[in-house]
Amino acid sequence: MAVTASPERDIVVPPMQRAFREALYAGAIALGLFVLFIGLRTDQNISNELILVQRWGLLALVVILTAVGRFLYVAYAQPFLASLKVADVATGLLPESMATRFFRIPYLFAAIIIAVALLALAGSLDGLLGPDLAGYARFLRALAIIYAVASVMFYFRSFIHDHFSALGVSALALYPVVVVLTLALYSGSVAGGFQGSLKWVDNFGIQILIYVMLAWGLNIVIGLAGLLDLGYVAFYAVGAYAYALLGTHFGLSFWILLPAAGCMAAFWGVMLGFPVLRLRGDYLAIVTLAFGEIIRLVLINWREVTNGSAGVSGIPKVSFFGLISFNVSDPNYIAKVLNIATSSAYYKIFLYYLILGLCLLTAFVTIRLRRLPVGRAWEALREDEIACRSLGINTTTTKLTAFATGAMFGGFAGSFFAARQGFVSPESFVFLESAIVLAIVVLGGMGSLPGIAVAALVMIGGTEALRELDFLKRIFGPDFTPELYRMLLFGMAMVIVMLWKPRGFVGSREPTAFLKKRKAVSGSFTKEGHG
Amino acid sequence: MQYFVQQLINGLTLGSIYGLIAIGYTMVYGIIGMINFAHGDIFMVGAFAALIVFLLLGALFYSVPVVVALLIMMIVAMLLTSLYNWTIEKVAYRPLRGSFRLAPLITAIGMSIALSNFVQVTQGPRNKPIPPMVSQVYTIDGISVSLKQIVIVLVTAALLAIFWYLVNRTALGRAQRACEQDRKMAALLGIDVDRTISITFIMGAALAAVAGTLFLMYYGVVVFSDGFVPGVKAFTAAVLGGIGSLPGAVLGGLLIGFIESMWSAYFSIDYKDVAAFSILAIVLIFLPSGILGRPEVEKV
Repeated sequence: MAVTASPERDIVVPPMQRAFREALYAGAIALGLFVLFIGLRTDQNISNELILVQRWGLLALVVILTAVGRFLYVAYAQPFLASLKVADVATGLLPESMATRFFRIPYLFAAIIIAVALLALAGSLDGLLGPDLAGYARFLRALAIIYAVASVMFYFRSFIHDHFSALGVSALALYPVVVVLTLALYSGSVAGGFQGSLKWVDNFGIQILIYVMLAWGLNIVIGLAGLLDLGYVAFYAVGAYAYALLGTHFGLSFWILLPAAGCMAAFWGVMLGFPVLRLRGDYLAIVTLAFGEIIRLVLINWREVTNGSAGVSGIPKVSFFGLISFNVSDPNYIAKVLNIATSSAYYKIFLYYLILGLCLLTAFVTIRLRRLPVGRAWEALREDEIACRSLGINTTTTKLTAFATGAMFGGFAGSFFAARQGFVSPESFVFLESAIVLAIVVLGGMGSLPGIAVAALVMIGGTEALRELDFLKRIFGPDFTPELYRMLLFGMAMVIVMLWKPRGFVGSREPTAFLKKRKAVSGSFTKEGHG
Repeated sequence: MQYFVQQLINGLTLGSIYGLIAIGYTMVYGIIGMINFAHGDIFMVGAFAALIVFLLLGALFYSVPVVVALLIMMIVAMLLTSLYNWTIEKVAYRPLRGSFRLAPLITAIGMSIALSNFVQVTQGPRNKPIPPMVSQVYTIDGISVSLKQIVIVLVTAALLAIFWYLVNRTALGRAQRACEQDRKMAALLGIDVDRTISITFIMGAALAAVAGTLFLMYYGVVVFSDGFVPGVKAFTAAVLGGIGSLPGAVLGGLLIGFIESMWSAYFSIDYKDVAAFSILAIVLIFLPSGILGRPEVEKV
């Protein structure tokens, strides 16, 4: 019998046919995944019994969208990206090829024109287009502004890269001023500017900076010392409750309690550190997670002290070193001292600068510590614990200092959080918070402070921005609330960003010790979260 | 004494459920060395699938025998949950297999957040109570044992027997154990490593789905956030028993179940989780690789 090579094996399936097949598979899998969960919905009827509501139309829509998406990806996007890559390898454009195609001068002009035109028409948009289209127009305007800013950043990328820290810090320092001035121009009055800035300064600015601070604190434990800590939120909770309880019961000032809260959190860091010193990797991860849960459960159940799930309210506001107060009833209230109109925005702006200062302190300490013997010991510990021990480094104290330092910054952030909210409850210190902070640290590229800040901006700012997408209600009906999808999208974004850039946004390291020239080390040469 | 035995039975029931979930954690950890954080939510998806099938059966048929209903719920939940875990592995973990350790952990946490919020968005955030399916209670010598508890323990025992057979006596199990010991060598010997890993995920998900169905039957209520606490406890159980060891996972599950029910019976019900977690920490201080785990050999 003659041996014949089976020809079918070697024939490359035409892309269209392959795309059809893949689309069918994707549709079938989507049908299987969603048939019970989207096709049917459990609901309570009037007599509180569960009933099923059928939603086959929605199911069909989701399945078809999945299949079409997969088809388009396999049939068009994949070959397109592959051919681009081939062309770019030939021309040597590779690392920035997508970006150079995306950011072009004519597009920039178009974006600026759209943004300016829509800004000029802002007042009369509703009248001109009706509320439906006006929503879209505002969204388009936001996109145009983002695009313009991004392309400007792209054109000056080498300058920005060289002066990233200085530019970032000045942008952050100027942010509230710019927001207030812009909104004041926009609404035509200074008071309007302050009032409108509340949302931008509080929801975006302070919220993001709190996460930046937490992530920078956790970065000491994970990024520098390589200890995988899944219970970081415990120290945040310790700091928050320390300020909340001592502040409400003893009336102590924030400026005394801030270092006290940091010390307490550091103490708990050492308490946690002692028993887990011998553990490695995932054992350490699970014990820290358990520790975080223990702290939360104690906060819920120790009702005599913590008031249980009801939480502690009426936490005193921070004052400007006792000189200027932000309580309207006080004689030294800011509006009375400076003779300006009363507004709640002053306090928020003050808090913004406070958290910015705390963040910068964290960054400063981290940068300096990396150059001290203890910082070098942390990084050595991350890379290889056995080698580290053989060189005579005391791994016990090294791990404990890492835990304590990281916990201290968590405690600072916690007491700031308590002061900002005026209310703390165990609800704020669930595992999800630890997971978010960990995700920010890893997505930012562990050990890189600017990368982590960018990751916090993208992840937290992105989910906060979802609250602004009111026009979606017009598409999906008034019951549609984008906030509901916030965490769903956050989880998916975590997966997608990780798949796209497994080493985080900043995948390389600047060494602190070098022979003649500082050379960035690729992240793949460093180990993290192993010890 | 009666009281003690009563608590022992409660602990056994609870521990069976934890053990079933813990196997999924420990198998995945053994074979690819990652903490599958989404496994708790896979368990919750299984419970929800069982809930929807239960309602569907109630809507389609006038009355179904309880045994048949339970079987159908279990099988559908197993199939659906396996599909979920298989898809998740393929989409979120496989592309990162050669990457550094924390990358799949982060995608797993992301998947966990996405899954629980997906169920919240599609099924609503409220508790979903169902009428009791099995309500018979037997009393012997003042010790009451409900039929639910007997079902849970029997189903768990039967599944563990099947599972033990699969892992120790079939070619599939041999492939899994080979991949666990040395993935590269197994691939060289002609084992399809990707397929073996996929099947491991499917098996873990099927056991979690059964645990979810039993959980729904036992407590009669499920909510979208139910994946987290049982998930963490099951993972605790896996670590306690020695992660990577299958008998260890079951042993750890039973231990956690006993600790919980004893602590709530004799001390305070509020602090039962604190007790479970504290004992985990204490055990790990003296046995850093769990009860049945192999000590990690450090090679230089």
